[in-house]
Amino acid sequence: MSRLSPQNEAVAHEIISRYPWKKSALIPLLHLAQEQDGYVSDEAMVHLGELVDVSPAEVLGTCSFYEMFKREPVGRYLVNICTNISCQLLGGEELLHHAEHALGIKAGNTTGDGLFTIEDVECIAACTEAPCLTVNYRYFYKVEDGDFDAIVEDLRNGRQPTRKAAESGPEGQIPPHGTLALQRQHIPADRVAGNADPDRASAPVWLEQA
Amino acid sequence: MTAPIVQLVTSRLHHADSYTLARFEATGGYEGLRKALSMTPAAVHDEIRAATLLGRGGAGFPAGVKWGFTPPGVWPRYLVVNGDESEPGTYKDRMLMERDPHQLIEGCLIACYAAGLSQCFLYVRGEMALAQTRVATALNEAYAAQYVGRNILGSNFSVDIVLHWGAGAYIVGEETALIESLEGNRGMPRLKPPYFPAAIGLYGKPTVVNNVETLSNLGGIIVRGSEDYKQYGSESSPGTRMFAVSGHVRRPGVYEVQHGVTTFRELLYDEQFCGGIRNGNALKAFIPGGGSSPWFFEEQLDLPLEARPVGGAGSMLGSGAIVVMDETTDAVKACLRVVRFYARESCGKCTPCREGTSWLETILQRIVDGHGRPADIDMLLDVGDNISPGPYPAASWESEGLAAVPFPPKQTTICPLGPSAVAPVVSALRRFRPEFEAKIRRRALGIPVRVEDSTHV
Repeated sequence: MSRLSPQNEAVAHEIISRYPWKKSALIPLLHLAQEQDGYVSDEAMVHLGELVDVSPAEVLGTCSFYEMFKREPVGRYLVNICTNISCQLLGGEELLHHAEHALGIKAGNTTGDGLFTIEDVECIAACTEAPCLTVNYRYFYKVEDGDFDAIVEDLRNGRQPTRKAAESGPEGQIPPHGTLALQRQHIPADRVAGNADPDRASAPVWLEQA
Repeated sequence: MTAPIVQLVTSRLHHADSYTLARFEATGGYEGLRKALSMTPAAVHDEIRAATLLGRGGAGFPAGVKWGFTPPGVWPRYLVVNGDESEPGTYKDRMLMERDPHQLIEGCLIACYAAGLSQCFLYVRGEMALAQTRVATALNEAYAAQYVGRNILGSNFSVDIVLHWGAGAYIVGEETALIESLEGNRGMPRLKPPYFPAAIGLYGKPTVVNNVETLSNLGGIIVRGSEDYKQYGSESSPGTRMFAVSGHVRRPGVYEVQHGVTTFRELLYDEQFCGGIRNGNALKAFIPGGGSSPWFFEEQLDLPLEARPVGGAGSMLGSGAIVVMDETTDAVKACLRVVRFYARESCGKCTPCREGTSWLETILQRIVDGHGRPADIDMLLDVGDNISPGPYPAASWESEGLAAVPFPPKQTTICPLGPSAVAPVVSALRRFRPEFEAKIRRRALGIPVRVEDSTHV
């Protein structure tokens, strides 16, 4: 796949403008590339390097540190099943085992039809709702084997799964892999305070005049 | 007698629309900001310092004192909000970001005003898509309503709050790693000293890093005053704290309780909270402050939820995450699972952690798989000693004549991640050593053949 589209490049410039140092925008930009293509392609990394003035190797260095960034395509639905301690105590490992059997793949792999990737993940901060999982980072709580089957069945048939979904309405809808927030921050031009340039040392005006 | 329930930071969460600006304004929202702007920055700082608001991220350092560590005359200063909640067992910051984002934004503004911080970066964990949506929406609303940005509410106070989001790395919760990540780099902790990024932080400038729950308390403290805040909780730990209680209790949940006066027993057993262990089972052990904390047992139930006594008793209150294990729990498997987390999440910068955590996992895995060797128990302790030399913090066990070893552990690493992997190993071996020995002995009896998975390709 590809470099950022002109439309996404405009979004990228908006994001970059909010940081005193361009490279700070790199993780949000890698997410933008992943949102566009479903994964982070080599071409996208070259483009991001151009946008923030670093080498492609530096972009790869950052990209490869963070486990959400996939450098090759994954399934349409990335199913992250937590097996960390709180979930383990309430059947997270058994749920993962069931998922592997139900989909016929081991964790870390994608089904032949390209629909599902399963991952055995670390704590996703829903410990009181164990065992839990996310599908493209949308939460499902207190998931039992039957719930998992129902979620998979819904997704296979193009329906939004509602069983054990943490959120209802648009916020519970499962977007394509790579899409995180449904809303981006936009700072209106007439409201922006401006970046605090690390090279320009002056005390904030509200402290001086206090 | 359990201290009465007081809701200071979770007061809005029962409203279905708790995350909207309309609800926030209808329930006293941004009153703290207005009041702060009518005071001098120094007076606001004094008020927070007087409230002794302890950091809620893990280390428990007073926020007002932390702000004061920025060197005088060095500008600009930055605020970085740590919303990278990933400690095993912890679920509170995500709740606050998803369900009361304006309360957090108000806290950011008050901190920037008081401590002279010129730009704020609000770092939300990458996996938390809904929190990112809600914070972005709230920021857009707040900018439009003149609460954030240039000349806030017509004053000369101007600051941008920039939403930033991560991409999956536990280590980024460590504040210098968070700053590296915010600079677009691999999230590896920086060498100490300096011990606080307050001196040299983001872009090499003074930087305050505060936790989401900490900042979410600021609006209320300014509105009601530090004296009012200090009527709750204990003298050294005022106010309230959020605790996520998970595992084998009847009612797992996130509870806001008075800080320093409520005990573990009350939180775990009272009907108004968790209601006791599931199925009337006996308690085996509990993790008092997230995966990184040494385990507690029956004997520690009457300790108050307060940093100092918990530290003296050999563990930490950490990130407000209590994980309860009942008598059915396999201590060796639980220990392995927590250790595996640190092995996976080690950033690889320090050798004792990179090598040690992996070896701890490897050895524990073979014990669980029935391939353990008699020397493995000593080897586990030896590997642990390379990461955290000397006696490792542990709870007392009076009937066995074992005294508590107080927190924190020593470390041969830059950050506490490596030493955290030793906590479950020492805790489980000290208390449940026969379980490890039994698994190792089983090896001599032959390895059972399982057929369940044999048809699986």
